[in-house]
Amino acid sequence: MYSSNFWLARPFTERSTQLFLGVLIAALVLVTILHVVVPQGHPLYVNAYTVNLLGKYLSYALLAVAVDLVWGYLGILSLGHGAFFALGGYAMGMYLMRQIGDRGVYGHPELPDFMVFLNWDSLPWYWAGFDMAWFAFIMVLLAPGLLALVFGFLAFRSRVTGVYLSIITQALTFALMLAFFRNEMGFGGNNGLTDFRDILGYNLRIDATRLGLFLATGGALAAGYVLCRAIVGSKLGRVCVATRDAEARTRFIGYRVERFQLFVFVVSAMLAGLAGALYVPQVGIINPSEFSPIFSIEIVLWVALGGRATLYGAVIGAILVNYAKTIFTGVMPDAWLFALGAMFVLVTVFLPKGVAGLLTYRYRKQRVKQPPEHDDSGTSPGNEVSA
Amino acid sequence: MRIFPLTPSATAEASAGSAAGRSCRCLALLILLISLCLMVGTAQAESLDADDNAAALDLLEALDVASYPAKGKAIDAIVQSDDPRARDWLSALLDGRLQRTDDGRFVVVLDNRGRDWPVEDALSGESLGEMSRRELDRIGINNALRNQLRSAIAVVDLYSADLALRRASAERLLGEVDADLAEPLAGVIEREEDRRVRARLVQALAIHRLEQGEVDAVADLQGSLHPRVRVALARAASGAIESRAASGAIESRAVMGDDSVVADAAQAALNSIEQNLRINRGLETLYFGLSLGSVLVLAAIGLAITFGVMGVINMAHGELIMLGAYTTWAMQQLLPGQPGLALILSIPAGFLVAALAGIAIERGVIQFLKGRPLETLLATFGISLILQQLVRTGISPLNRTVITPEWMSGSLVINDALSLTLNRMYVLGFTLVVFAALMLIMRRTRLGLEVRAVTQNRAMARSMGIRATRVDIMTFALGSGVAGLAGVALSQLTNVGPNLGQNYIIDSFMVVVFGGVGNLWGTLVAGLSLGVINQILEPWAGAVLAKIIVLVFIILFIQKRPRGLFPQKGRAAEG
Repeated sequence: MYSSNFWLARPFTERSTQLFLGVLIAALVLVTILHVVVPQGHPLYVNAYTVNLLGKYLSYALLAVAVDLVWGYLGILSLGHGAFFALGGYAMGMYLMRQIGDRGVYGHPELPDFMVFLNWDSLPWYWAGFDMAWFAFIMVLLAPGLLALVFGFLAFRSRVTGVYLSIITQALTFALMLAFFRNEMGFGGNNGLTDFRDILGYNLRIDATRLGLFLATGGALAAGYVLCRAIVGSKLGRVCVATRDAEARTRFIGYRVERFQLFVFVVSAMLAGLAGALYVPQVGIINPSEFSPIFSIEIVLWVALGGRATLYGAVIGAILVNYAKTIFTGVMPDAWLFALGAMFVLVTVFLPKGVAGLLTYRYRKQRVKQPPEHDDSGTSPGNEVSA
Repeated sequence: MRIFPLTPSATAEASAGSAAGRSCRCLALLILLISLCLMVGTAQAESLDADDNAAALDLLEALDVASYPAKGKAIDAIVQSDDPRARDWLSALLDGRLQRTDDGRFVVVLDNRGRDWPVEDALSGESLGEMSRRELDRIGINNALRNQLRSAIAVVDLYSADLALRRASAERLLGEVDADLAEPLAGVIEREEDRRVRARLVQALAIHRLEQGEVDAVADLQGSLHPRVRVALARAASGAIESRAASGAIESRAVMGDDSVVADAAQAALNSIEQNLRINRGLETLYFGLSLGSVLVLAAIGLAITFGVMGVINMAHGELIMLGAYTTWAMQQLLPGQPGLALILSIPAGFLVAALAGIAIERGVIQFLKGRPLETLLATFGISLILQQLVRTGISPLNRTVITPEWMSGSLVINDALSLTLNRMYVLGFTLVVFAALMLIMRRTRLGLEVRAVTQNRAMARSMGIRATRVDIMTFALGSGVAGLAGVALSQLTNVGPNLGQNYIIDSFMVVVFGGVGNLWGTLVAGLSLGVINQILEPWAGAVLAKIIVLVFIILFIQKRPRGLFPQKGRAAEG
């Protein structure tokens, strides 16, 4: 069935992954060419603002892939993935904050502006090490991963599932939001972290760095996608799907369901953290509103709209919804919440398989007419969307 | 009819702090007695005749002098004059609103904002229209006069026939009594009929006596929770009285206590007061906790029906609460000037509006998503966004004011340290009534029986002839209607705005899950206890941290007992 034995290489043999990677790389190359080669003023020229915006969409897409991994394949509707995203973002933000050095408003060599403003005289212990890029980048994965590990360990061990899990993940992100709003926490309170200048020595405010970040985000999305596909396509992924569809039965067969759940949950949280870390330097700010429960539910909508349990659907959904959001909030801001609310209702009622469901529906219809010799794709996305 | 006392002059002089005043007291007393005799029999009602006005003008004339001591004397004279307008003059003088025009008339400024001020004649009380501030000349006072005026007004009020005025005045005198006021005050206490005023005055006098070093004054202060009494006792207990009594050289009829005896007695009294205070603080925390809890219960109880009993996740529940609150606002707009009636009418109206909205949601969306709880969650969240935005664009993104009717505002004063706000008390009562009604419906009515049957075994219930779809609609309408009721109650406690519901949705789910899904009693216990826990944590953790701690506590609690405080047992628990 699989041509390669190495689990991480397997996805490259799948048609859907090849297609996805092809489209993604083509898009990255195209945007780069249109931005760098095409002269300014030309109708096809893509300006730095758009590159930045696309980079933001790509980081959202990675976040959506992370949510789809747990929701689509594990059946865990996490309404708290925004928390992992924000934690990754804060880890990156702390690094960027330290990079400002003495160029802040108050010119303090070590303390960020908001700490000077609050009359703190030294860095809190948990800010130690964030001046080093490698440490901060490890924390980007470690902080959300650790939270997911502790939270997931407790939750899965006591078999909290379904709606209960959704509600307590929501409570988790809500509690974190309240906590990060406090000035005493040492994360800048309401204003969060902002006014960044450099990343790895490159000025964040010039176009080349933005293009670099955009490409890095694209690369991360590709890597995250391949990783998720590899997990989903492996034996472990099969157990996950079995857990999703019949948890008790899987347990009775002899699998330690909670371990699989915990592993995938932690991987997903780390991916979300990575997405947050890529998001922050492109947007230039991280504040507690990323923890808000509404944002976390919105992520789920991207996945639902794109098509649950397909991974590429999550990417499509994230980009579509956020593009719509950019358009709406620019043209008629009042209508955005109507549109978002309507999307929630319409997608769940009329489009349970999302946009990806529409695509595969057409695709499969065509394939039925062809001779059935290709019909070996047990891992094709359409078959798995049965919940 | 005012029985004229010797007090006003005494107070006035005393507060002015003049030592000479005391020696004049006999004289003042004499004058007073004479004036009292003269006044007996003359009706005060027709006092606004020419003679009177001339006398009054003289009184005011005396105020407009440069020297402050002379002004003090003039104030005394006004107090002694027994003129019915005296209090108005004094309070106007205290506020700096008693002014003189360029042509020599005395006026009271009614509103001193802006360039032109509305004024009225100080003597006749008739309005003189607006005058430029340049034409007016303020009669200035200094701090000593300000104190004198305050005591003078307090004392004038003590003789007022108006009980509320007397009470307020007695409150003000606490800790303000000095030697000159002490003696007349004793007489006033004898005569005062209202128990509360008398108790206050006795305490006021006792504070003064304590400061003079009298041990038996402590007995009068025993058990009082008023902060001023505590301050006085604390000072006595620390031995601060000693120096004062020694240097003051004041005549005292009572036995001078030994300093250490006074301090010990004061300390003992203080200790018992502190203990009493702790109990009262505990009671207050409990009350606020129960009040907060009742809000949580009210917000969650509708959810306990739709989510707990029916198993439908309705994320738009908070917006149904909001609809109830806006119904109250709309009712008050329809019935201007009658906030109380509007509030009572909005109880059924809020129920109806929210129930209808609930039916629309159930028929329009939820029925298509049966058995898919996660999708239901998302779809109803979409509905909540639409409802919020509808209110934002349709009414206003800003908060609306809902008026609290008079019978709901104010507070029930138990003692000096404990007063219970009435609106919270009403909400607490309302919650219990709603809860009892729901319990009755679920346990004693046909609908309740059918609801329980359908939730336990839908297929079986249907085969017994129960129309399950109709039961679904009714149950959802009931739960939504209760959310509307919660909105009506919440409109009395918090701001009514588009985000009202959002603030309660997570808390509501927490309460239901904590209490145990499908168990109304669990919701009640969980809501009230979470409220109390929150209030207990708040003083030392701060409001936000308390909330975080409670959330984390619930998250951990659910790990330990995934089915809540009171899990359902038996067949209903499955599925």
